[in-house]
Amino acid sequence: MSKELIRLADCVMAFDDEVVLDKINLSIRDKEFLTLLGPSGCGKTTTLRIIGGFQTPTSGDVLFDGVRINAVPPHKRTINTVFQKYALFPHLNVYENIAFGLRIPKADAKGNKTRLPEEEISRRVTEMLEIVNLKGFEKRRTTQLSGGQQQRVAIARALVNRPKVLLLDEPLGALDLKLRKDMQNELKRIQKAMEITFVYVTHDQEEALAMSDTVVVMDAGRIQQIGSPEDIYNEPKNAFVADFIGESNIIDGIMRTDGVVEIFNRRFQCLDGGFEKDEAVDVVIRPEDVDIVPEDQGQLKGTVTSVTFKGMQYDIIVDFYGFKWLIQTTDLSPVGSRIGIKIDPDGIHVMKKSEYSGMFGDYSSYSEEYEEISDASCGPEEEDGGDEE
Amino acid sequence: MKNKLSWFAVPYVVWMALMVVIPILIMVVYSFTTADFEGTLDNFAEMGSYASVFLRSFRLALIATLVCLLIGYPVSYWMAHEGPGFQRLAMALIMLPMWMNFLLRTYSWMSILENNGLLNQLFQAVGLLDALGVDYIPLIGTSGAVVLGMVYNYLPFMILPIYSVIVKLDHSLLEAARDLGADGQLVFRKIILPLSLPGVLSGVTMVFVPSVSTFAISRLLGGGTQMMLGDLIEQQFLGGAYDPHLGAAISMVMMVIVVVCMVVMNHFGEGEEQAVML
Repeated sequence: MSKELIRLADCVMAFDDEVVLDKINLSIRDKEFLTLLGPSGCGKTTTLRIIGGFQTPTSGDVLFDGVRINAVPPHKRTINTVFQKYALFPHLNVYENIAFGLRIPKADAKGNKTRLPEEEISRRVTEMLEIVNLKGFEKRRTTQLSGGQQQRVAIARALVNRPKVLLLDEPLGALDLKLRKDMQNELKRIQKAMEITFVYVTHDQEEALAMSDTVVVMDAGRIQQIGSPEDIYNEPKNAFVADFIGESNIIDGIMRTDGVVEIFNRRFQCLDGGFEKDEAVDVVIRPEDVDIVPEDQGQLKGTVTSVTFKGMQYDIIVDFYGFKWLIQTTDLSPVGSRIGIKIDPDGIHVMKKSEYSGMFGDYSSYSEEYEEISDASCGPEEEDGGDEE
Repeated sequence: MKNKLSWFAVPYVVWMALMVVIPILIMVVYSFTTADFEGTLDNFAEMGSYASVFLRSFRLALIATLVCLLIGYPVSYWMAHEGPGFQRLAMALIMLPMWMNFLLRTYSWMSILENNGLLNQLFQAVGLLDALGVDYIPLIGTSGAVVLGMVYNYLPFMILPIYSVIVKLDHSLLEAARDLGADGQLVFRKIILPLSLPGVLSGVTMVFVPSVSTFAISRLLGGGTQMMLGDLIEQQFLGGAYDPHLGAAISMVMMVIVVVCMVVMNHFGEGEEQAVML
């Protein structure tokens, strides 16, 4: 475990009377890839802007290497940002865009301003262009570049300054799916190679899981859960996290005793414990953790109401006693057929009841919800007002 | 027709042909002919004696443009960074004088600048004139008065284009520059200034061109001592020195000089845009 580099302590951000961030406590370790994940308006971009110095928290502290930096302006922080729409300087070519930060005279401890010699600038810009695979693009105007290329210029422009931390605000939002996947790998590679702390903002849970060391799930200005991608997926803390990360069936249950949870009046073995006896809980069952068996062998019995072919698997909706589940299976069960299911103990995850209980995890309105999900993952979304007019 | 709507441009094209292209052609013909319409270059040769008028016109117009720029840029910058309510108010105040007739406005300046006008009365009242031992301070009839008239009348044409460029600047560019280590001064010099150059160029054009060719301002505020190209040309068409052929030739030369200036300046602007060094 590397040491802590940035700490947000009880950070509150309020515009007028609207609280955008509510007592955020977050520790970012040196050289880690940390992702702030959440839906539009959850406060993730505001958190990023506080770290970057573009916003000062209404209350609370921002610490960098143990020093309070609330009042330090962005240009004096050893943090650089890749902006959502890249914000490349249109009047400068690729080379000058990347060299921008290097050309700025730096003051040393005595206040003497020094400039980097031109050879040093040229060497570092060229090196950076190689890292982002844009050799030979030096003289191009940024307006002549494709989205992916602009993206890489923006990353090079930030990284050439060798910051301690790189902030990325939905940097892949405007790219198409194929390019996104490539850039995800690229970013991960760069982060490993340059050993820089990345703080990454996205609303795309798949991206967050694939790239991060640590995922911070946010909603409504609060941190819902902090953990490794595996933790977040396998041990969601509440119904919001379970629903936002991947697909989940979330069912009301009663914890009878450690290792035994009751849903639909049937007892299931599980691995969770530490609850009160007979405590009401939310039970998460991932669609891929359900085994389909003949009806008479099933722990639960239901009717298939809808089947969607997804390439690798079928997404089927099964009606159990009026509650609809999403199940992913490689075997086709036609609409109307009766099936039974079995769930292994490690396929059941029990969560405490929360304010989100009952809001998610029911697939009764399956088709509409699916459309919403696919909408959300293809368009870049504006957050916190954005700068579009 | 690629676009059905382009038919709507036909009246404009006809109008431009009738009112711009044909008059310019007539001017060209006049400038190269005598009163009997025989080809000659005498009109251009004759112009040498008016060199001082050319010089004064361009000098005063340049000064007025510079003053407009020095006032207009900060004002535009300030306006663009205030709230939308203030911007509307400032815009209304800038446009307000334009609702008054141009001549009327310039006449008002006469009564302010006259030897016994408002300003001199004020100087009298505060005892300035007595202290200096003079009856009045000469304001009207000076080149300063002419420049003042130009600046007063054409300042909005400098402010508006600069303002509209600055107000549309992408805010994330300024944040990106700060993020990369630029302080306020550097952000201005390396981002805002170069990106607002197109507005500056059109402002300069819109002030310089009417300034260099004005005749009302120089006549009313210059008191006949500050003859400019506009006055000279007007005299050739309407005044005592009636010679439309010479007038056309002077207009031609002025037009060519202005066009050359603008082309050079725009070219310089583009170069500037491409490589802004520290």
